[in-house]
Amino acid sequence: MLRTSGLSKEFSGFRAVSDVDLSVADGAVHALVGPNGAGKTTLFNLLTGFIKPTSGTITIEGRDVTGMRPEQIAQRGVARSFQIASLFEELTLAEHVELALQGRDGTGYRFWRSDKRLRRYAAETDGLLDQVGLGGMSGVPAGSLAYGQKRALELALALALSPRLLLLDEPTAGMGVEDVARTIELIKRVRADRTIVLVEHNMQVVSDLADTVTVLQFGKVLAEGDYQSVRNDPDVITAYLGEAVA
Amino acid sequence: MILTRLATLTNGWNPALRIGLLVIGLVLAFGLPWVMYPPVALDIAAWALFAVALDLLLGYTGMLSFGHAAFWGSSAYATGIVAIETGLPFPVAVLGGALVAAALALPIAMLSVRRSGIYFAMVTLAFAQLVFFIANQWRSVTGGENGLQGIPREFFGLDLSDSFYFYYAALPLILLGLLGAWRVVHSPFGRVMVAIRENQARARALGYPVDRYKVQVFVLSAFLAGLAGGVYAIGHGFASLQEVYWTTSGKVVVMNILGGMGTLWGPVLGAGIIVLLEDYLATAGIDAVGLVTGLIFVVTVLLFRRGIWGTVRHLVRSRRRPDERAAAQEGEPESRPAPARQG
Ligand SMILES: Nc1ncnc2c1ncn2[C@@H]1O[C@H](COP(=O)(O)OP(=O)(O)O)[C@@H](O)[C@H]1O
Ligand SMILES: [Mg+2]
Repeated sequence: MLRTSGLSKEFSGFRAVSDVDLSVADGAVHALVGPNGAGKTTLFNLLTGFIKPTSGTITIEGRDVTGMRPEQIAQRGVARSFQIASLFEELTLAEHVELALQGRDGTGYRFWRSDKRLRRYAAETDGLLDQVGLGGMSGVPAGSLAYGQKRALELALALALSPRLLLLDEPTAGMGVEDVARTIELIKRVRADRTIVLVEHNMQVVSDLADTVTVLQFGKVLAEGDYQSVRNDPDVITAYLGEAVA
Repeated sequence: MILTRLATLTNGWNPALRIGLLVIGLVLAFGLPWVMYPPVALDIAAWALFAVALDLLLGYTGMLSFGHAAFWGSSAYATGIVAIETGLPFPVAVLGGALVAAALALPIAMLSVRRSGIYFAMVTLAFAQLVFFIANQWRSVTGGENGLQGIPREFFGLDLSDSFYFYYAALPLILLGLLGAWRVVHSPFGRVMVAIRENQARARALGYPVDRYKVQVFVLSAFLAGLAGGVYAIGHGFASLQEVYWTTSGKVVVMNILGGMGTLWGPVLGAGIIVLLEDYLATAGIDAVGLVTGLIFVVTVLLFRRGIWGTVRHLVRSRRRPDERAAAQEGEPESRPAPARQG
């Protein structure tokens, strides 16, 4: 599904991502873990075209997408959620999801039509908001959401694109126990027909969901395997010294 | 009590209110030449469309063009040339002018949309200065400093030399232009424009080719600015270098900021105020138009950022906000969110 080879990104001499060879299997849930600053978000930014790699290549479904623009990658069925919620503050939740659905369908260019036509998405929009625990809030502007709710909306937007490859950057950060549980259930449900790459600090979530875990440190791959083997890897234990690996 | 009732009546999205506003707007549009010197009424109409055209870019898409005189002015010249050379009915000439403006806008947009913020403003200004330079040099076509004189008001043989009648002949073009802008803003495309204004990276992540959208908005905006500039040129019977001068670009920006950008009605209001003010100062023999508009600009920016229309709308809407807040609270899950974790 997704493969990178020798992928590197330098920020004025500092290698945030260093020579990463990542291979994500079709239909897998692949977790990306590592301490803060390990380069996980930078890797996502590379995969989605938001930044250009210093060197290396990215292949998605067998096609080289290195250097493509974010919208081109999105149109290839790749959706991401942002670690730091990236929303349209003034727009309502319904308007957010409608924008995503319209983006998926590629009908946004219609300047001669009424935007009332977007009501055809009403049922789908409500369904998506329900799924992420934002049911009944469709008329609320995103700017007035609490932090955890913004994360939930991020998830709804990514799902609205019906992506084949879903990249989630810390989807449960800032959520309470209940919301984390619902998010895990949701990811289990939506994984059926897609591949998921998940950045996650919550090891409960990782062990629940991930088929494969890649550990990053200082921009490099430190270890890779299933949850149990990675967890017992001495390098990983050293890297996480001080952080809970439960 | 009455105020609260009024507020619920005027809560921005209320259809009755919108129709009420539309009726008032139309009454004003049709009544203007009865209450003021008709050429001034025509100036208001033309500038209103020009200001709304810029609003598509500035208010709705978040792109500050500081070179829109290029499109208003190039259409003024092109309209004049078509009218003089072909003698076709003036709406055809105006349409021709608007198409020239749109054609000119396409390469300018493609070369400038990659820039954002102040850099975009500077690139558009630079192109507009180039257009000014060409208009100034190309005397055989534009008349240079003398301007393009003797543009006829041909309309199927009707005598429109009286500006009172010409106003009504030209008004449909203006209203069609405004209707077009309204259509664009309230379309699926208009939603994408606002998304780009609010967060273009997010819009890209949703699969929208942001640069292409920006080019399209720019060209649409230039087309409408061209319609306005063409009507203006026919109305005045000449096109001058003033039309492509940078102060014209600045004036239409001031109209937007004064009236309230991103509202359509605001720029119309801003155009009305500035044109009337200029007319008043000119008839009173006060030679300080630049100073006065500059002062208004500074006061608006400092005191009410949203402009007149935006401020009124905000006040009206914030009366309704408490209900919305309550709805948000009810829907909020039990769990309290932890502070943002950066990494
Ligand atoms: N745009 C940037 N410019 C400079 N340094 C950056 C930029 N983005 C990220 N970094 C640096 O790259 C490193 C990795 O960051 P990031 O990918 O956000 O880590 P993670 O998501 O794993 O916590 C950090 O040291 C961060 O400061
Ligand atoms: Mg991160």
